[in-house]
Amino acid sequence: MTDFVLIMVTGVGLGALYFLAASGLSIIYGLMGVLNFAHGAFMMAGSYAGWLTMGALPGSWSVATRLLVAVVVALAVGAVIGLLVEVVLIRPLYRHHIQQVLVTVGLALASVAAAQGIWGADPRTVEKPEWMGGTTLVLGARLPNDRFLFILVAVAVFLGLLALLHYTRLGLIIRAGVENRTMVEALGINVHRTFTVVFALGGAAAALAGLLYSQYAGTVSPAQGGSLLIYAFIVVVIGGMGSLVGTAVAAVAVGLVQQLANFYAASGVGDLSVVLLLALVLLLRPTSLKGAPA
Amino acid sequence: MRPASLVKVLPAALVVAVLVYLPYLPIELPGVLPGRVNGPGSLQLLATCLVIAGVALSYDVLFGRTGLLSFGHALFVAAGSYLLTISLADWSLPLPVAIVVSLATTTLLALVVGGIALRVSGIAFAMVTLAFAQAASIIVMRNPGGVTGGEEGKSLNRSAVPDLLVGVAHAPYRYWLALGFVVVSFVAVTLLVRSRAGHAMAAIRENEARAAVLGFDTYRVKLLAIVVGAFLGGLGGVVHALVLGGSSPHVTTTEFTLALLIMVVLGGAGSTWGALLGGFLYTYADARLVELSGAGFADALPDVAQQVLAEPLFVLGLFFIVIVYFAPAGLTGLGGRLVRRGRAT
Repeated sequence: MTDFVLIMVTGVGLGALYFLAASGLSIIYGLMGVLNFAHGAFMMAGSYAGWLTMGALPGSWSVATRLLVAVVVALAVGAVIGLLVEVVLIRPLYRHHIQQVLVTVGLALASVAAAQGIWGADPRTVEKPEWMGGTTLVLGARLPNDRFLFILVAVAVFLGLLALLHYTRLGLIIRAGVENRTMVEALGINVHRTFTVVFALGGAAAALAGLLYSQYAGTVSPAQGGSLLIYAFIVVVIGGMGSLVGTAVAAVAVGLVQQLANFYAASGVGDLSVVLLLALVLLLRPTSLKGAPA
Repeated sequence: MRPASLVKVLPAALVVAVLVYLPYLPIELPGVLPGRVNGPGSLQLLATCLVIAGVALSYDVLFGRTGLLSFGHALFVAAGSYLLTISLADWSLPLPVAIVVSLATTTLLALVVGGIALRVSGIAFAMVTLAFAQAASIIVMRNPGGVTGGEEGKSLNRSAVPDLLVGVAHAPYRYWLALGFVVVSFVAVTLLVRSRAGHAMAAIRENEARAAVLGFDTYRVKLLAIVVGAFLGGLGGVVHALVLGGSSPHVTTTEFTLALLIMVVLGGAGSTWGALLGGFLYTYADARLVELSGAGFADALPDVAQQVLAEPLFVLGLFFIVIVYFAPAGLTGLGGRLVRRGRAT
């Protein structure tokens, strides 16, 4: 029972990280049809921005305060990078989806290589607030505190994005754009500006995910974003592309399956079981994966 | 053979003839190759470039010919490579049997993975193939039962392969083996493209819905493309293991598939020469850029810029973005355009 509670909470916590990583990917894909391979690079940018900020702030501040500032900086950095990438790289290749994917692939490779050149390929340790390293006793299980934080942040982002999509004019345009882009353009709405905003949003979400993942791992490294990106891809595919609710459900499912398999089978089986889950979903319900409205 | 088709074959025959002759060429090309052209270092580098060029060509069967954006091609190359080294070392199979086992298993794997992944199309297909390749990469890294060697890779069981393929003195034979693989791939892809199946692949690339309406069984044609690409890729993996003396986990990574994609686009997707040229140049640049950046031309730049420029992938990634923008048909497309412009004036 104790083990089960622990696995459930850590699984959902991991799912929260996957959701954060996948949410930006999902809205960008949903609206623009762009598979953003540079999303991993955005996450890397977020984690390095956070790491550098925490190192640059005076050591007399508490770790939690510095982390909070780092989150704000990372969000800003992610948004700016997303904006720049959309304007400079994605927009000129309007409607050339494969080329857009290729450009983000090139960007992902180049930026990971650049980070390796500047900070080295080895992981660097990140400071962690004392509270997040500790545990809380729930139903006899010692639960790591950071998982609660991840879940909280993910729920906040999920509700925030849902509210944005359903109660704002921007959300209306995004939802309409997912349904029928040509019609939205015909109505005289500037879809391009919406694209830029969505990319900036995706970049900020990615940076947040990257920073929190570096807290989870305890280190930052150039390769981190790429490995998280693979799970984000799987989550987006299982959840139905472009559907935020589907992404959230899939993220939790993937996190739970991974933790359960790691615990009850053998360590490392979890990573494989995620791929098996994907294959199973594909075999049973291929139509649900072809993309759903947000 | 008609004179016209003879003229078409001539350039390819000439290139092959020159490449076959290289191990007899005792000259130095300072800066271009490490040491003499027929030195073991140069031949090993050229052999690696050739193998990867052939693998890039196998990937182009999917991407350039059929329009399938697969992110999992590394899976098949890795399968060929690892199945060979494992069946030689752990199952003690003789070399010919090991090769047959590797290729047969790789083909079967392509049928299963392709069969599942093709249930979705477009970007979802890309992601599903990526997931499968990633699973294989995880298995190789976890080193189950000590059979894959984990991050260390698995070296070739030297007693199981002919002496001609082992040792520094026999570098020319490994080079010729790599060249042979490229020639086989070139012929196979050329024949495939000209066949009925090849035309069906082109039709699917241009407009899948229309191809389906015309009565093509698009699922089968796409599966065929995956299987043929995987077979040639697996063969490339086998040759790669023989040439480099073992399997390296690098060939299982997503980065390797992305590199193949970049090679094909660099050279020109949907063009046999393009894929070969792209694969060759990319591998060459990847190996030599580090040395060039140490050659002193970047000394005036600040340290950070030097460190970044010393990363081959940074330079290749940026160059790739430039190509996507300004030469969508790749280097061969660019070359063709320049030739036509030259003729017009």
